[in-house]
Amino acid sequence: MPEQLVFAMEVTLNGLMAGVLYALVALGFVLIYKASGIFNYAQGVMALFAAMTLVGIMNGQVPFAHLINAIFGTHVHEFGWSVPGFVAILLTLAVMVLLAWAVQRFVMRHLVGQEPIILFMATIGLAFFLEGVADLMWGSEIKTLDVGLPQGINLWIDETTFQIFDYGFFIDNLDIVATLIAALLVIALVAFSQYTKQGRAMRAVADDHQAALSVGISLNFIWVMVWSVAGFVALVAGIMWGTKSGVQFSLSLIALKALPVLMLGGFTSIPGAIVGGLIIGVGEKLFEFALGPALGGATENWFAYVLALIFLVFRPQGLFGEKIIERV
Amino acid sequence: MLDAAQTTDVQAETLLEVNNIEVIYNHVILVLKGVSLTVPKGGITALLGGNGAGKTTTLKAVSNLLHSERGEVTKGSIRYRGESIHASDPADLVEKGVIQVMEGRHCFEHLTVEENLLTGAYTRKDGNAAIQQDLDLVYNYFPRLKERRRSQAGYTSGGEQQMVAMGRALMSRPETILLDEPSMGLAPQLVEEIFGIVKDLNEKEGVSFLLAEQNTNVALRFAHYGYILESGRVVMDGPAAELRENPDVKEFYLGMSDEGRKSFRDVRSYRRRKRWL
Repeated sequence: MPEQLVFAMEVTLNGLMAGVLYALVALGFVLIYKASGIFNYAQGVMALFAAMTLVGIMNGQVPFAHLINAIFGTHVHEFGWSVPGFVAILLTLAVMVLLAWAVQRFVMRHLVGQEPIILFMATIGLAFFLEGVADLMWGSEIKTLDVGLPQGINLWIDETTFQIFDYGFFIDNLDIVATLIAALLVIALVAFSQYTKQGRAMRAVADDHQAALSVGISLNFIWVMVWSVAGFVALVAGIMWGTKSGVQFSLSLIALKALPVLMLGGFTSIPGAIVGGLIIGVGEKLFEFALGPALGGATENWFAYVLALIFLVFRPQGLFGEKIIERV
Repeated sequence: MLDAAQTTDVQAETLLEVNNIEVIYNHVILVLKGVSLTVPKGGITALLGGNGAGKTTTLKAVSNLLHSERGEVTKGSIRYRGESIHASDPADLVEKGVIQVMEGRHCFEHLTVEENLLTGAYTRKDGNAAIQQDLDLVYNYFPRLKERRRSQAGYTSGGEQQMVAMGRALMSRPETILLDEPSMGLAPQLVEEIFGIVKDLNEKEGVSFLLAEQNTNVALRFAHYGYILESGRVVMDGPAAELRENPDVKEFYLGMSDEGRKSFRDVRSYRRRKRWL
């Protein structure tokens, strides 16, 4: 087999894995958009906040330590214990649910029936607020996150491909785990929204707030639920990205990469977020591999956005997005 | 069908009592200026009037959907079975048995017809078997919905969407349905069909209706009692049969006068000289 083709295969595989990580972030956007018609600008920051909270809890950091020390002149920084990963994840989840409740109670509740653009602006405000709170709570140092997920090269794939192609593929174990978790997450979310009463209510709210209210669906409850689920997805994304590249403030920027994913997959489709993520992941890796050298490299930075632009021109609802149904 | 109006028991238990309410939107726009009405158990009560008279606002004040549109009841009281429902959540009201079918259908477009119906049972806690039974009941009244149960509601016709909206409300096992403008945008034949079903539901299932309608002619044929609203006030009320025979109602809302049907132009110029208020 020609060497180039083998390389391309490895690049494709790696692209798929990277795509899964994009898709994880995009999923959170889709959930909130589906349920409330809000484009939640704060989704990336929520992933950052979740990851920082998780690290903070695991390391036994005292939240708001700087603030406490500044006010009371003390020198507390750590509780002096460390919490096992699984327990810390559960605690972080509880924090995310609390956050969802607070968002609903203090922001969204007051904006029922407002224009989507106003809700969108509110989430921008939320993003900045949350970033500030994360900084104040846990400090701004770059931290490593290790909840016990396998990392490093997968030897089995390396050896198997070496035997077949005479060339070992480098696939990170973490990417494989991320793929499995994303698959589980999507199956669970689709099952939830299609086959349960609350899922149906969620989709109803997305279609028509007023009508949902009129049949007795509580918008407050549904929105807290949706923001909690989005918080959970943000936590998963935060764990994956945090493990891969460390917990730092640039993590919130991965939200930007989720935008082209959404434009490709459609804002309203959970499977669309996954497929969109995979196309972007594979697309940008293969493009870099094939044309990168000719174009001077670093095409990964812009490829996704250009692809999204092309989609916006020819298929604005994305691959899987719901067509806007309009009766005349 | 006309006789029902005369034989309605005047002593029937009062379900809904709206007492002199005033509604303001956005803190400035005064829409209702003192509306009072009662809905008896087992009756079809019509709320009539032209565009902007305040029919929809009255219904929304009762179901408390006003809140999400920045509207507010600033004066008066609304009671259901003697209990003040002024500040209760729409969800609480649905559980109490009051549900609104909104003007313009408002189906959940991306849900299938059956899913739409099932959302109506959201507040119910009596188990799947009972809900399934009511689903059959709804399909019984609206056989057309059964054929289209798997289609997305957004792709069904206007008449079917009206049926979906009504069936969805029925799924909550309501005692009172606030039905807003069911005839809107429908062919006359369909309007008859829809009103026939309203009458059936009223007689066989014992559902009481408060019905807002611009189509005075049809509404007064099916209702037992009517209120006429103009510019946010009730200007006239009475048993439907009486309203039908009232010369002013005939002239203003049915387009008829003693000299027979008048042309549009004449009616309009006449209205300019003589108004209710």
